[in-house]
Amino acid sequence: MAYLTINNLHKRFADHVVVHDFNMNIEQGEFVTFLGPSGCGKTTVLRMIAGFETPTSGHIRVGGEDITHQSPQKRGIGMVFQSYALFPNMNVTQNIGFGLKMRKCDSAEIARKVAEVIKLVELSGKENHYPHELSGGQRQRVALARALVVEPRILLLDEPLSALDARIRKNLREQIRDIQRRLGLTTIFVTHDQEEALTMSDRIFVMNQGRVEQEGRAEMVYTEPATEFVARFMGNYNLLGAADSQRLLGLSINGHLAIRPESIHVLDAHSQQADTLAGTIRQHQLLGNIIRYQIESAGVTLQVDRLNRTASDLMPAGTEVRLQISRDDMREVR
Amino acid sequence: MAIAIGTIYFLLPLIATFEFSLKMNRDGYSFEAYKVVLSDPGFQATFGYSTLMAVLTIIVGILLVVPTAYWIQLKLPRLRPLVEFITLLPLVIPAIVIVFGYLKLYNSSAWLPLTGNDRATDFLLMCSYVTLALPYLYRSIDAGLRAIDVRTLTEAAESLGASWPSILLQVIFPNVKSAILSGAFLTFAVVIGEFTMASLLGRPAFGPYLQLIGANRAYEPSALAIIAFLVTWASMGLIQVFARNARPARKTA
Amino acid sequence: MPTSPDSVTHCPPEAGQARPRLAPSALNWLGVVPFFLFALLFLILPTATLMIGAFQDANGHFTLGNIAKLFDDSILSAYWISFEVSAASALGGGLIGLLLALAAIQGGLPGWIRPTLMTFSGVASNFAGIPLSFAFLSTLGRMGLVTVLLRNYADFDLYSTGFSILSFIGLTLTYLYFQIPLMVLIVTPAIDGLRAEWREACESLGGSSLAYWWHIALPILWPSILGSTLLLFANAFGAVATAYALTGSSLNIVPILLYAQIRGDVLHDQNLGYALALGMIVVTGLSNAGYIWLRSRAERGRE
Ligand SMILES: Nc1ncnc2c1ncn2[C@@H]1O[C@H](COP(=O)(O)OP(=O)(O)OP(=O)(O)O)[C@@H](O)[C@H]1O
Ligand SMILES: [Mg+2]
Repeated sequence: MAYLTINNLHKRFADHVVVHDFNMNIEQGEFVTFLGPSGCGKTTVLRMIAGFETPTSGHIRVGGEDITHQSPQKRGIGMVFQSYALFPNMNVTQNIGFGLKMRKCDSAEIARKVAEVIKLVELSGKENHYPHELSGGQRQRVALARALVVEPRILLLDEPLSALDARIRKNLREQIRDIQRRLGLTTIFVTHDQEEALTMSDRIFVMNQGRVEQEGRAEMVYTEPATEFVARFMGNYNLLGAADSQRLLGLSINGHLAIRPESIHVLDAHSQQADTLAGTIRQHQLLGNIIRYQIESAGVTLQVDRLNRTASDLMPAGTEVRLQISRDDMREVR
Repeated sequence: MAIAIGTIYFLLPLIATFEFSLKMNRDGYSFEAYKVVLSDPGFQATFGYSTLMAVLTIIVGILLVVPTAYWIQLKLPRLRPLVEFITLLPLVIPAIVIVFGYLKLYNSSAWLPLTGNDRATDFLLMCSYVTLALPYLYRSIDAGLRAIDVRTLTEAAESLGASWPSILLQVIFPNVKSAILSGAFLTFAVVIGEFTMASLLGRPAFGPYLQLIGANRAYEPSALAIIAFLVTWASMGLIQVFARNARPARKTA
Repeated sequence: MPTSPDSVTHCPPEAGQARPRLAPSALNWLGVVPFFLFALLFLILPTATLMIGAFQDANGHFTLGNIAKLFDDSILSAYWISFEVSAASALGGGLIGLLLALAAIQGGLPGWIRPTLMTFSGVASNFAGIPLSFAFLSTLGRMGLVTVLLRNYADFDLYSTGFSILSFIGLTLTYLYFQIPLMVLIVTPAIDGLRAEWREACESLGGSSLAYWWHIALPILWPSILGSTLLLFANAFGAVATAYALTGSSLNIVPILLYAQIRGDVLHDQNLGYALALGMIVVTGLSNAGYIWLRSRAERGRE
């Protein structure tokens, strides 16, 4: 049986249901991510796991023990808040040591453990600083250290990086992942940034409107979206409706056809290869190592990515081309 | 529980006062005391005088505080602590001390004999009320200005060619209108029944009138207290109304 | 510039002068001159002249005699009673106001309680002065409703216990009527500043509700609580109207002593009056200096 299991979790606020029939299983030491747009219920699920909200129905179990109605104090689940939530009246050491003090550890042990974790999150020298004397990244590391030092059974991180600038973010996410691996911590990480989810997670739960749309290993969710929503949210998939795919490719499908931009090959207009489509370049966008073309074919505009190797590769608007799409690269999604 | 005891403590005096104010006629409850009070020329004159004073105080106070608070935010943020300190002084220095200072500084033989004639004394009284109102006015207006981005608004108006007066009147004032109004009603509530200043400067205001009636009559004071309470309540109620209307306005600002 | 061309037309030359951002700050200072002039004339100079007067005799020579007279038994006792009433009403008002505000904001009470309490506090904290004293006379005076009801129905004579509305207890009870709501008003922002995540962070780290209050909420709140209480103290210490209307000149507290002194009712020694005023400023000034210091500490702690 999995370490953390959630069964049929529902949450209703007044008249609207925010989490529907949420199910998941996480193994010990796993790093999973909740990924989804703003307002989809990620924080609400996290708060139910931590014990700050009571589920309307459903069960949460850790190591076989039902904790659905346990008080937050007894759960042993650490939480890092998006807004840090450092206690402003305590310095770094006192903030980090607070949980140990609540557990009535003796002061020598507190000092030892706090010193250890301060080294771990690289905050040496800041021990006596107050939260308002720290930068955003430093505050977030204090928050992380405060949650880590009590050795929680599960660590919850609610968009811990979203208030930070891009560079610190990259740094800190590697640090978090590194610490998590070293301590073997079971971790749930919440984000609405797909890149963050892809780089950090063992597994991703893509959420939409209070439900899990798809779960799976990071690379799977990206390459094999199960629904139109996931395809849109995860990458810049070309999504063709039933009528378009019939007209363009002669395929009759239910739902949508998802084609990734880099899987469409561009051939020159005189190519004699079979199964190609005629197209006209309408626009291009330079994305560093990639050039993204908008190519019109039979009234449908497709996005096509090509590597940006030399400047002479660039095809101006109006160029006639032929497009080749392998059957294996087309995914039918709900 | 705490709320319940609090409610009793705060309502009981009002009920008692109201009950007492109805007992002027021996043979049962009546509004006789109110009739007597409202038809007393002294009441009408002093209440009118204090209302006029309150209105003047509000106008002068706003004209003094809005440009200053605006200017401080825009150009001289360094001075903010000093100005804040000065506006808090009237809470530190008791009103009776301030007016005592006026009597010493502006007596009829002084360099600026503001207590020399009635008009001048009225002016002095109004200035003393502006002083009293300073903490309330400044705080609510400063908060209102902080809620909008004064600098960006000003720069946007400047780049559109607006002059300073029109920036103030057409851009800044309308956006802090509700903050100004709530400061104004608070000022009204403070000034209307003020006693110390008016009494020591010897002006015929509502506060000293209340005191006089209190010392010489039995039932009228209760009726007056109820009236004063209603006036205060109306001022505060209006603040609430404007505070509520202010919220959507700020979001769009 | 589509709006109101008339206000634009007469302004350009003036705007051209006031506009340069980089111009020497002399022009900038011009904008605050009216305010400082007003503060100087109607706040600072009058106070300063009293302070100087406190150290002068009738002929304008320097003396410490006025200050020495403050230590007369009768004056000293007036300061002491003032201090007692102010301290009692500040402590009582501070504590009760704090509890009320906490109950209304964090107590999980129905939503309408809070706005009602706030509006009422706005009214009651301004319902000071003479009308308030009338209200309390109608309630607890010799003919007051409560006094009469107690006598008629509970057979209990309030005044036989030595109670009087003109006494220390009566005055304190009356002052509480505006002190409690004032406390509610000034401490509410601080309570609102307590963030829900602090409590949640505390809980997830194993802290009980008591631990939250003891280690986090109270340490964060206490500068505001103490500071607000000091403000209440100054507020009561300087109050004249309530006490005067309640007791006439019969109660020996400083503001009334000074009032009588200025009116020339009792004794007439100008310079002693100045010294009395100086004493009041010193007392309220100290308590407000405490307030400002504590408030800046409280703000420094906030993120
Ligand atoms: N206490 C509450 N009362 C009522 N509705 C709530 C409450 N908390 C959350 N909601 C609603 O539940 C929905 C999900 O909120 P939640 O905070 O879980 O979203 P989220 O996925 O964390 O979004 P974000 O990425 O913006 O943080 C939202 O529509 C929100 O309005
Ligand atoms: Mg969230």
